[in-house]
Amino acid sequence: MSFLNINNVTKSYGSIEVLHQINVSVEEGEFLVLVGPSGCGKSTLLYMIAGLEDITSGDISINNRIVNGVHPSNRNIAMVFQSYALYPNMTVGQNITFGLEMHGVPAPEREKAMNDVAKLLQIEQLLGRKPWQLSGGQRQRVAMGRALVRNPDVFLFDEPLSNLDAKLRVNMRTEIKKLHEKLKKTIVYVTHDQIEAMTLSTRIAVMYQGYVQQLGTPKEIYDTPANLFVATFMGSPAMNILPAKVVVQDNRPHASVATSEGNTVLLPFSQANLAAWQGKDILLGIRPEAITDLDGADRKSSNIVNLQNRVDVTEPSGSDTFVTMTLADRDTIARMRADVSVAAGDVFDFAVNMDKAVVFDPETEERITEG
Amino acid sequence: MSSAQTQSVRTGRVTRSFIYLFLLVSALFYLLPFFIMLLNSVKPLGEITGGNMMAMPEVFTLEAWKAAWSTAQVGVEPTGLRPYFWNSIKMVVPAVFISTILGALNGYVLTKWRFKYDTILFGLMLFSCFIPFQIVLIPMARILGIVGLSGSTYGLILVHVVYGVGFSTLYFRNYYAAFPTELVRAAQIDGAGFFQIFYRILLPSSGPIIVVCVIWQFTNIWNDFLFGASFASGSGAPMTVALNNLVQSSTGVKEYNVHFAGAILAALPTLLVYIVAGRYFVRGLMAGSVKG
Repeated sequence: MSFLNINNVTKSYGSIEVLHQINVSVEEGEFLVLVGPSGCGKSTLLYMIAGLEDITSGDISINNRIVNGVHPSNRNIAMVFQSYALYPNMTVGQNITFGLEMHGVPAPEREKAMNDVAKLLQIEQLLGRKPWQLSGGQRQRVAMGRALVRNPDVFLFDEPLSNLDAKLRVNMRTEIKKLHEKLKKTIVYVTHDQIEAMTLSTRIAVMYQGYVQQLGTPKEIYDTPANLFVATFMGSPAMNILPAKVVVQDNRPHASVATSEGNTVLLPFSQANLAAWQGKDILLGIRPEAITDLDGADRKSSNIVNLQNRVDVTEPSGSDTFVTMTLADRDTIARMRADVSVAAGDVFDFAVNMDKAVVFDPETEERITEG
Repeated sequence: MSSAQTQSVRTGRVTRSFIYLFLLVSALFYLLPFFIMLLNSVKPLGEITGGNMMAMPEVFTLEAWKAAWSTAQVGVEPTGLRPYFWNSIKMVVPAVFISTILGALNGYVLTKWRFKYDTILFGLMLFSCFIPFQIVLIPMARILGIVGLSGSTYGLILVHVVYGVGFSTLYFRNYYAAFPTELVRAAQIDGAGFFQIFYRILLPSSGPIIVVCVIWQFTNIWNDFLFGASFASGSGAPMTVALNNLVQSSTGVKEYNVHFAGAILAALPTLLVYIVAGRYFVRGLMAGSVKG
């Protein structure tokens, strides 16, 4: 049995079921990110782990102990809230030690624990201040300090970075990751930001409409999304989804796609089993970085296809240039080197890395797996 | 939350003059009667009966104040208002304290420990703010008789607490509705219990609303005449009832200067509470707990 086990858990409000049969297990020291759009149930699931929401059915165990019905303070968890939830009437030091005080830890021990955590987070000079005297990043640190001082089995983070400005968010993200690598604690982290999910986690659970759509490592989620939702939710810009037909030519399955010039191109699949789909409609998923100019194509790929198409818009972002074209009647985005010479209206030679292409069944929206 | 207090509407010079003129006239309108009371309370009686009410005093004397406080005829006893002043204090302080604490607890439960039909319960509590006092006089007298509190200060305290709890609940419920629930959740995870969360987290952040509630309750209970006249008798009567008895005493001449002094004495505590507590009537104590 794993360290944190969520076993067949459901949640209903009245007759409305908002979480359906959730099964997730987290090993000790793992960094699990629950990611999904708002309303997908990720925060509810976190609150159920914390004990702030009741479990309708199923059970949750932490460190080999079933915690259904156990009071939040007795689950040996700590939580960092989106708003930080620092007690406004207490100093930073009192905020950090409040939980220990409530658990009856004697004052000298509290003092020592507070100083250790303050040193770790470099907030020693803030201990005497009130929360309103702190900047956003400092409040964030104090909130983490309050969680760390308890030395819990599991840390729960509820969108902790969403109140910070963009630059600070990137810094704090790195710090959280550093902290995890240093302390090797089990973390469950909720976010709607797929970049946070990718960068921080050791595993991701993508949630949508009360279901876990896919549970896997960041690489699995990104390269082999289980379904159309996961494919389009993870990654920015989103994966291009093109309606196509499977055509078998020279004993190899190809995707037949209409270009902007009225031609049809055949893109050979790397997955041989798609021959079974001959003549059927599929959805072809290609990430923007798998469509480049010829020089920028991945040299390690065994399946680069050349494609001539007209450029609609170019968007230089500094580090990359995003090129929009029309393929299969859909806006299709390619991600190219910053200094590529391309202009709107040109007919341009695109290189498509078909090794990276994924295929979805348009009926079920599930990915068609190899073999 | 913090930006609201620094914003104000910019107005033109003409508009501004009109606003000040209006405020000045309003202030005069309210201050003039008070000024006349003050003026006449420091005159000997002869100057009032024989002259102009508006005239400045020719002889300045505090005799009327002394009389009103300690020697004037109230009802049948020449005690002045002093014993009744203490009656009022003994009634107001516990009544304000209890109704404020109960209101705070109610507000805490109604916003942070929601239960089924809590809004209906709150609606019912609000009724007490709108039921006219006169309607409950007879049932209240009956109940006070049954519990053995009729004619006592404790009975008056009970009546004022019952009536006050509706308003204090309204104040605290609305204040705590804006209080971040995440703070309560964080305290739960930290291991704080129901009452610990209340007095360690919520109450210390409730300064402004406690002040509002205390000013409101104090003013209402101190100024109440109807309950005092109905449920307290003789030497147990509060200040307002005693003032009435002082003015209504039919023996001898009407001592207007004593009446004026007595009326000011009766009004002083509410004025004092407003001046003292009003200084703490500051907003923005919540700033910093949550990004707003």
